[in-house]
Amino acid sequence: MKEVEVRLTVNGRERSARCEPRTTLADFLRGHLGLTGTHLGCEHGVCGACTVLLDGATARSCLMLAVQGQGHEVTTIEGLGTPENPHPLMRAFSEMHGLQCGFCTPGFILSAHEYLRENPRPDRQAMRKDLSGNICRCTGYVKIFAAVERAAELMAEPEAARS
Amino acid sequence: MKPAPFEYHAPTDLGEAVRLLAALGEHGRLLAGGQSLMPMLNLRLARPEAIVDLNRITALAYHRLDDETLVIGALCRQREIERDQEVLARCAAIADAIPLIGHIGIRNRGTVVGSLAHADPSAEWPVLAVLLDATLEVEGVAGRRSIAAQDFFKGLFATDLRPGELVVEARFPLPPAGAGSAFIEVARRHGDFALGAAAAVVELAADGSVTAARLALGGFDSVPVRATPDPAAAAADVHPVDDVHAPAGYRRKLAETLARRALHLAEQRARKAGR
Repeated sequence: MKEVEVRLTVNGRERSARCEPRTTLADFLRGHLGLTGTHLGCEHGVCGACTVLLDGATARSCLMLAVQGQGHEVTTIEGLGTPENPHPLMRAFSEMHGLQCGFCTPGFILSAHEYLRENPRPDRQAMRKDLSGNICRCTGYVKIFAAVERAAELMAEPEAARS
Repeated sequence: MKPAPFEYHAPTDLGEAVRLLAALGEHGRLLAGGQSLMPMLNLRLARPEAIVDLNRITALAYHRLDDETLVIGALCRQREIERDQEVLARCAAIADAIPLIGHIGIRNRGTVVGSLAHADPSAEWPVLAVLLDATLEVEGVAGRRSIAAQDFFKGLFATDLRPGELVVEARFPLPPAGAGSAFIEVARRHGDFALGAAAAVVELAADGSVTAARLALGGFDSVPVRATPDPAAAAADVHPVDDVHAPAGYRRKLAETLARRALHLAEQRARKAGR
């Protein structure tokens, strides 16, 4: 099958690789760019594990072709922070035990990122609805919601107090 | 769990898309938001020889209020409508329905017109289209035509579209000022496909009596139906069948209950608007 050249911005860097048109964005990120932080669960849009930010808005990367990302900006979990310099959401998930096996965590953090951007002061009831597109089979969600609330606190602190 | 190979086309204008679709006939599938077609490709429930991607035709990414009509282009994402406070204020049924569609990440990508063209019997937009007497503007090599929503849905995932045609715009006439509307559904989990849905519009006279009422039911038949706007009679207009999720008797009862609640809520809202 004919391959196509896909160029897009991933985590602030220009990236390109060749792939078949049928390659999903999720497989492209993992297999072609080596960004395995994006996890693939159900591969049909139900579980939310593969959530990334496409031009700043959450999207399931299993429900997009890589070639559709051409010219767009993608943010994956790797773009949000690193173990040395974690994003407040990453710190909060660790602090509040918002994860157990960790499989759903990258998707959850990116969905929570979008949620907190639009709701800097989270509301537990609204959060339950707005984060319902991500499924976790370990935690029972309570500690995930607590982590998102904690992240909101961390993000409200001035930059200097955080580090 | 990976799509079968296909040829990929990404036209940048509508004319090119129409020519491609006409040439491909039944071998081509149109890709818009991808929230229904991509799962089908991944699961290989669909194996088209070619994909025609609409996403580069940015001229179709619009919506606007033309007086009393909400006009939605083929590439308008559901989330765009969800963020338009004026539209939500003008039609409570639309405001009720959108948060019930999948999840935010799905609505960020999924298009309104794509949902209509996919014609899932449990989907929300087809019910709204039938309730509000929407029309679909369709383009093909033979030219443009308009189809009333009630004539557009032909069966399970089946529409009046002919090979090579695509829906370029949907037009939803909004309820008149002072009318009340509502959309209610029952799903097993938030964001799941609904077991059933009801949507209603109620208009009142100055003395508070009901002058007009409309009711649409979704998820009970293979297409959304306009039902008698009377809770006692509405369930007779649908023909639910048993399946793994619920028996037909339950669904009939559900149609009656949802019809009553939707009509009641629409009427309450009309009374509130009239005060």
